[in-house]
Amino acid sequence: MSKLPLALMSAVLTSCATLPPSGQASASAAPAPAPHSAKTSRDPFSSTYQAAASPATLIRGATVLTGTGTRLDGGDVLIVNGRIEAVGKDLHAPEGATVIDAAGRWVTPGIIDIHSHLGVYPSPGLKGLQDGNELTNPVTANVWAEHSIWPQDPGFETALEGGVTTLEILPGSGNLIGGRSVVVKNVHATTYQAMKFPGAQQGLKMACGENPKRVYGSKGQAPSTLMGDVAGYRQAFADAQDYKRQWEKYDREQAEYQKKKDGAGSDGGDKKATPPSPPKRDLKLDTLADVLKGDIRVQMHCYRGDQMATMLDVADEFGFKIVAFHHAVEAYKVADLLASKGVCAAMWADWWGFKVEAYDGIQENIAIVDAPAGSCAMLHSDSEDGIQRLNQEAAKAMSRGVRAGLDIPPERAIRWLTINPAKALGLDDRIGALEPGKNADVVIWNRNPFSVYALADEVFIDGTVAFNRAHPPQKPPSDFMLGQPNAEELP
Amino acid sequence: MSAIKAHKVLVLSVVAFVSAISGASAASAQSESGDVLIRGAKVYTVTSRGVLDSADVLVRGGRIAAIASSGESLQTPAGTKVFEAKGRPLTPGIFAGLTHIGVEEISAESSTVDANLDFKSPGWDQKWRPEFDVTLAYNPRSAVIPVARIEGLTWTMLAPGSGDSIFAGQGGAVAFGGTLEQGSRAVLDGSRSLFVKLGSEAEKVSGGSRAAAYMLLDQAIGEARASGPSGQDALLHTGGRTVLARYLSGGRVVFEVERAADILEVLAFAERNHIKPVISGGSEAWLVASALSRAHAPVILNSLQDLPTDLDRLSARLDNAARLQRAGVLIAFSNGDTHNARNVRQLAGNAVAHGLPWEAALAALTANPAEIFGQGAVRGRIEKGQVADLVLWSGDPLEVTSAADQVWIGGRAMEMRSRQTELRDRYLHRSAAR
Repeated sequence: MSKLPLALMSAVLTSCATLPPSGQASASAAPAPAPHSAKTSRDPFSSTYQAAASPATLIRGATVLTGTGTRLDGGDVLIVNGRIEAVGKDLHAPEGATVIDAAGRWVTPGIIDIHSHLGVYPSPGLKGLQDGNELTNPVTANVWAEHSIWPQDPGFETALEGGVTTLEILPGSGNLIGGRSVVVKNVHATTYQAMKFPGAQQGLKMACGENPKRVYGSKGQAPSTLMGDVAGYRQAFADAQDYKRQWEKYDREQAEYQKKKDGAGSDGGDKKATPPSPPKRDLKLDTLADVLKGDIRVQMHCYRGDQMATMLDVADEFGFKIVAFHHAVEAYKVADLLASKGVCAAMWADWWGFKVEAYDGIQENIAIVDAPAGSCAMLHSDSEDGIQRLNQEAAKAMSRGVRAGLDIPPERAIRWLTINPAKALGLDDRIGALEPGKNADVVIWNRNPFSVYALADEVFIDGTVAFNRAHPPQKPPSDFMLGQPNAEELP
Repeated sequence: MSAIKAHKVLVLSVVAFVSAISGASAASAQSESGDVLIRGAKVYTVTSRGVLDSADVLVRGGRIAAIASSGESLQTPAGTKVFEAKGRPLTPGIFAGLTHIGVEEISAESSTVDANLDFKSPGWDQKWRPEFDVTLAYNPRSAVIPVARIEGLTWTMLAPGSGDSIFAGQGGAVAFGGTLEQGSRAVLDGSRSLFVKLGSEAEKVSGGSRAAAYMLLDQAIGEARASGPSGQDALLHTGGRTVLARYLSGGRVVFEVERAADILEVLAFAERNHIKPVISGGSEAWLVASALSRAHAPVILNSLQDLPTDLDRLSARLDNAARLQRAGVLIAFSNGDTHNARNVRQLAGNAVAHGLPWEAALAALTANPAEIFGQGAVRGRIEKGQVADLVLWSGDPLEVTSAADQVWIGGRAMEMRSRQTELRDRYLHRSAAR
């Protein structure tokens, strides 16, 4: 019926994936490497996130899914200074530690949603807040999703209640190249910089298929076909190669000039050396050149298996890597190819049928993609509703796989929400697993999370309690929700 | 293009008018052929008998003939096929919700979508078409039907989508038994309903104010009640007047509305005009639960709605279903999703996690929607005389990790295959070779 739409429309019109990687360990803002010599030495819009000081916490006697494929019954998790200190049995609580009896409950790493539009397509869906897709040109590699984030989106809080501790926020999918994505921690803040995951690489959102050709084809512009889509990506990266060469040439000339000016020997140098002129800086090509250098990771919305294969060839042609295909409804048709190429696939449990490129969706998709050695299957939401229940979505995908004869215990399925997206973000050295040294992003579930009845009791981010169901916030964290009429039942 | 479309719509409306006045709608006899004994199931009757462990259910001629709890013996006619349930849960068939199943194949492909009437003009500048009957487009051979059916969904309410009018048109309930009938021959007796969309969407259809929606509705109702020819500037054609008039004497009208104040306004409007209201959406219904209960107005809701998707839903909450049920409001679940109507069970399970009693959640998938759409006497429960629409589950019927092991519609065992299982089998086996 026609209600589908908010979620579906966003699937049809906006969704796509992009993604960032990589990580520095410090909680302070870690400047990214300056891409070109012409750029400022300071990373603009850098993270101001600071982990709060938190007491040591011992979670005792739980069923622990570590995120890396291990299950520990009657296990303890010790958190010290915001990090996982130890996971095991009968751990000793340091003096002053908070001890949580989790007998009968389950503990997992914080959930990572690799595909979200929270903040850029927030609730409420007011016109003035629809900032997720710059639909004015098929290539908008110059825009950054983070500049569109509205930190007051109430969806952040409801996602937190579902155990989501890290999310990648992407531009929509109406463009071939939609812009840069950002990784944020799911902490309430007044500015997005204070949510931004320190040191995480940005992603580049690209989109296959129907959306770009519909958006631009309907305006009588390119692309209007799939071949137009591919021509568009190729031209953009050909331009980026040229741009990158210009800057490399400039860097060489600049180095020579500097050498001359400083003087190669003891004679004081060449005072008459002329400095080279830098090429004109182009923000679109800056982004694409960073992709070619591997500093920005490509996260690509792509439904059909054959289109994924085409895009892998495009990436090979220009020498960049596609980290993951998102909305990969047909990934099951190319599961072996994806695994052999080391490409992740971010999927829904069961979305299908809302457009023809989603017509072949099946409920066993994730399980089949997960099966080959070297696979990287992930579950993503692309939805302010789905993000609240990624554990249930994983439960559906897991049980359908089991029903089809695949061996998928919960400790394997939890990887789809934790370590695998951490890998695709390049943050697997910091999040996605309950292992000593990792950030203490932890969820305590009231029961097996692979259940419709499961609720997150407590959610920790960097060792701090971000949500506690027993003590929910007295006031809504979102400024928007504050003071709204929320009367009790009327007569 | 638009001329062709208008012509098509005109033809449709004539057919709708004819079928509306003929009033003959009977479930196809073709589905009434099944005889089976389902032995040793955990039977969720959704009646005062509650849950029967290890019970037998006898189906004859597509209807439930007898139910025997453990220890009781059942007279089974010779030759009756026996299905061993082995203790698994057996429930009535699940209501798919308000959907476009069978009238919408691929949402973004307009050539495959027959769910909406949309003249692409403002609602105040056109004839309204309450006579639009979406069930005439119902395709029982839709590939969406097996996808829903093998998940335990046995019937749906075909609801016209919102076009550019406050009146979306008429819908009706259909069962997924697999016959070729459409229109009045497929629509379940007594299920036909009129659909009206109110609330913040009004800006598109009523000139910018939801208040104007009532102004226009009152005008249309005046026309339907008046005798004599309709004027040049009337909202309704003669056929529309006839159809609307039928709903003004206790007819069922489904109002799609979210905001608490709007729900109260709908209740008052319905009372004034002798309409039996059903609230669809109702994100803020919990705020007016007492009023809904007093008015005996049921609510069809999506229990996952907890965000202020728009300002009509500022008070949406996950315990909406639980609060409504506690106040005595009849509730049913619908996610409004055609392709993933199968997730309606997930709505029920989540409502349980947020305070709704488990039995009430199952009823909101079975007996309650049957009551709401005039089917209570024949479906929605496991009870002697009811149509044998039954589902045998691998586990807890509300749990996302459970699946339907076998579905019967009208007593006939449905083949548990769909286009999706075909795709699965093709590629599962292909990758098994790796």
